[in-house]
Amino acid sequence: MDTNTAILLTMIIPAAAAAGNLLLRNHANLRDWMTLSAAVATFSCVLVILSNVGSSTTTAYELFEVFPGLSIAFNVEPLGLMFAIIASGLWILTHIYGVGYMRGNKEEHHARFFASFSLAISAVMGLAFSSNMFTLFLFYEIITLSTYPLVTHKGTPEALRGGRTYLGILMGTSIALLLVGIVWTYTATGTLDFTQGGILQGHISGWMVPVMLGLYAFGIGKAALMPFHRWLPAAMVAPTPVSALLHAVAVVKAGVFTMLKVGIYIFGIDFLAETGASEWLMWLAAYSIIAASIVAMTKDNLKARLAYSTISQLSYITLGMALATSMGALGGGVHIAMHAMGKITLFMCAGVIYVVTHKTNVSQMNGLGRKMPIVYISFLVAALSIIGLPPLGGSVSKHLLLVGAADTGQQIMYWVLMLSSVLNIVYLLTIVGRGFFATSDDLQAGEAIKVPLLLWVPPALTAAGCVVLFFYGHGLEQFLMPIVGAAH
Amino acid sequence: MSEQAHVARTLADHLPILVVLVPFLAAPMIVLLGSRILAWIIAFSASLTTVFIAILLLLQVHEGGVISYHIGGWAPPMGIEYRIDAANAIVLLLIAAIGTIVLPYAVRSIRHEIDQKHHTLFYTAYMLCFTGLLGMVATGDAFNVFVFLEISSLSTYVLVAMGAKADKRALSAAYNYLIMGTIGATFFVIGIGFLYAGTGTLNMADIASYISANGADRTIKTAFAFIMVGMGLKVAIFPLHQWLPNAYTYAPSAVTSFLAATATKAAIYVLLRFMFSVFQPDFLFEMNAIKGIMLPLALVAMFVASLIAVFQTDFKRMLAYSSIAQIGYILVGIALLSTTGLSGAIVHLFNHGITKAALFMAVGILVLRSGSSFYARIAGMGKIMPFTSFAIVLAGLSLIGVPGTAGFISKWILVQAAIEQGWWPIALAIVASSLLAVIYVWKVVEVLYMKQPAEGLTRKEAPLSMLVPMWIMTLATIWFGFDTDLALTAARSAADGLLNGFTMAGGH
Repeated sequence: MDTNTAILLTMIIPAAAAAGNLLLRNHANLRDWMTLSAAVATFSCVLVILSNVGSSTTTAYELFEVFPGLSIAFNVEPLGLMFAIIASGLWILTHIYGVGYMRGNKEEHHARFFASFSLAISAVMGLAFSSNMFTLFLFYEIITLSTYPLVTHKGTPEALRGGRTYLGILMGTSIALLLVGIVWTYTATGTLDFTQGGILQGHISGWMVPVMLGLYAFGIGKAALMPFHRWLPAAMVAPTPVSALLHAVAVVKAGVFTMLKVGIYIFGIDFLAETGASEWLMWLAAYSIIAASIVAMTKDNLKARLAYSTISQLSYITLGMALATSMGALGGGVHIAMHAMGKITLFMCAGVIYVVTHKTNVSQMNGLGRKMPIVYISFLVAALSIIGLPPLGGSVSKHLLLVGAADTGQQIMYWVLMLSSVLNIVYLLTIVGRGFFATSDDLQAGEAIKVPLLLWVPPALTAAGCVVLFFYGHGLEQFLMPIVGAAH
Repeated sequence: MSEQAHVARTLADHLPILVVLVPFLAAPMIVLLGSRILAWIIAFSASLTTVFIAILLLLQVHEGGVISYHIGGWAPPMGIEYRIDAANAIVLLLIAAIGTIVLPYAVRSIRHEIDQKHHTLFYTAYMLCFTGLLGMVATGDAFNVFVFLEISSLSTYVLVAMGAKADKRALSAAYNYLIMGTIGATFFVIGIGFLYAGTGTLNMADIASYISANGADRTIKTAFAFIMVGMGLKVAIFPLHQWLPNAYTYAPSAVTSFLAATATKAAIYVLLRFMFSVFQPDFLFEMNAIKGIMLPLALVAMFVASLIAVFQTDFKRMLAYSSIAQIGYILVGIALLSTTGLSGAIVHLFNHGITKAALFMAVGILVLRSGSSFYARIAGMGKIMPFTSFAIVLAGLSLIGVPGTAGFISKWILVQAAIEQGWWPIALAIVASSLLAVIYVWKVVEVLYMKQPAEGLTRKEAPLSMLVPMWIMTLATIWFGFDTDLALTAARSAADGLLNGFTMAGGH
């Protein structure tokens, strides 16, 4: 199969799965098997692309031209390919987990749920392979819209409020800021193609550069940079599989992925470094990292705590871009993969706890670890990866970011990252500690709680993935090298 | 284009007049035959014919030519001239297409909303209104514009009043519109009178050449003011919009769908034509009317009308206020006075037309089951009428300007035009007002999907004769979100022509 066909298929297959879900609304088993095979097929297509091109960049494949010089067009480049692999690969696991969750938790409207889910994945694939900002923006908005029904899935007033915040912030920032930034870029440069080394150099200068960067950095609301982060905790009213795949991996990573793309291919790392335009963004990202971690410590609701942890971790990636060094950008790229694997595990574990015990708050979870050891061990492994300890994936990206920070001579950023790790330990490991060592009145001693197979296997696999990523961390770094213009 | 069409030899040369004549002749035929079914058949075939004619005309002038047609072979400025260029060809096509698509929808819709004995009258008035709008756009004679304006207005009052079966307030809305519309038309005809007094001619091109040769004296400036206000009333430029919300809300759904997409658009076109082709842009600069009056009013409309739309509790009324706001966008595009801005305005005129037609048609379908368009009554319709509700979501996205929809394209061009000129506040105002659109559209989406439907309603869709036209419009909003060739090319050559004069045929 040639690469361009494969790219199209990665979008068409999930979209077809979305339609199929609606058509097969009354055939639960058939429907879920169909989505699973679609997920596997999508992942296979991404692997075909990988085997065809490796980490080299292909020329744009133009689907059609919308404005003169502006097309809906796709190409393969290492960062996007990595993102596509992560999102489609984790879709398989999340789907299995999601079926277990939705059935175990007796949620309603499965067909609508999985249809929206598949549609969101289709848009994520489109975003990952976009070869220009115009195409990327189209899919960016489709992601927002297709995930809205997932956030409001429960239909409760709380879900409705969450949905309003979600849509209001994501759509508001993208229209009011990002769109202006994109049109401005187009007006100034006459192109929106992602180009090695950036397109803005020589077209804008002086105060315009930081302002333009601001339009992008805040406009990409999905990156959850403070103060536009509130949608992410609001989205936690969604069923946990949504939080796991979409709000720890696909949607938020679409945000930071866009951020990296803009930094590397629209501005250009060198241009940012020369003008110093991203310095303010670096400080803001640092603030986001620390502030979100501190908020996370105060949250008793497990999913809210994880959400704030995500906000903090996303700012690592923004920071990586804002450092304006190759190492920083590379670290940001690698961190997309590492954090995805860790955070999806944490969310899936949180979901298991909820389905089995209906507990949502950390303070209620005393002693639970002894009842469901595998779930808690998976949680522990993922937490350690997020903290950044070897031999787990998170340590690789954190190392790269630290080197990036050292490169710029920004000592403070170095300490920000270290402090963040300490804070991670506090808010993540206390959960595990309570699970294993604290005692609780309402839990009977003795036998373990039975966790359905569909629910505990996926997080165990992703936890194992955190270990595997450590050993492939260097390979991933090499794979991403071309994005900063370095040879293999 | 060469110097053709002085002497019409074949039927093809008569297209500029046929586009007006076909529906005009259909109207009395409907009255004479008096049968409901025949009435529909005649109306539909007449409007379908105009679509074909409009397409043929657009193809001829798509790249920037002009057709000048002399009625009865009398050369202008003595005779009446019809002028087709890229700008009005695309407006003609919009009017013809929407007028045609609404007709199949109207069959079932008016059965619910209009007494049966008035059905033939409905089709007659509809055809006359259709004629008037097409004529206003096609003609190149200033007084002729007034004649067609009145034909369309008078029939519109009748059409709006026909909503009286469902809600008696349609009568007062129609009466109100009649008063306002007549004031507008009077202003307009006074303006034409001054123009005639000042220049001694009624042919638009002739007036233009007189003004560019002799400059504008006080009479002509006064004429300009009267014409702007008179047409501004028909366009519903804020604050001359008072007639619009009630007229749109209480008119039968088919009428609202047709009017919202075409009537204000035809008036905007006439406004454009007077501003750029009759009065010279230089003259306009001198007047500063655009930047001093039109731009601020357009910006106010974008925010105030959007804000009012946010607080509506009736879907149809909300859409009416949204129309006033969207007209603000079009006027901003005009006020930017650049090719990009003007083509943005023309593209938005087109895109907003199809978007609003889709939405008003969808409202009419909801009303079939819910009885009224109040939010409380259409709650939970996402479950009752899934296809209609989903179309509302899609068309609503176009109203917001989400990428992949027609509304995005026009918003993109308008923002680009503002940035090109370095008018940053305008660019930000355009996107900021879109945020208000997010709110008023999403309120409806929540009502449709997040509320429980009323007791006793079961899932049942509308008849296909209503669903299909509505979905054609909805899919068109998506289609034109990707394929901008038709709208954009025509809009660009139209904008070029308006700003720099069309490459001529017809010899002036």
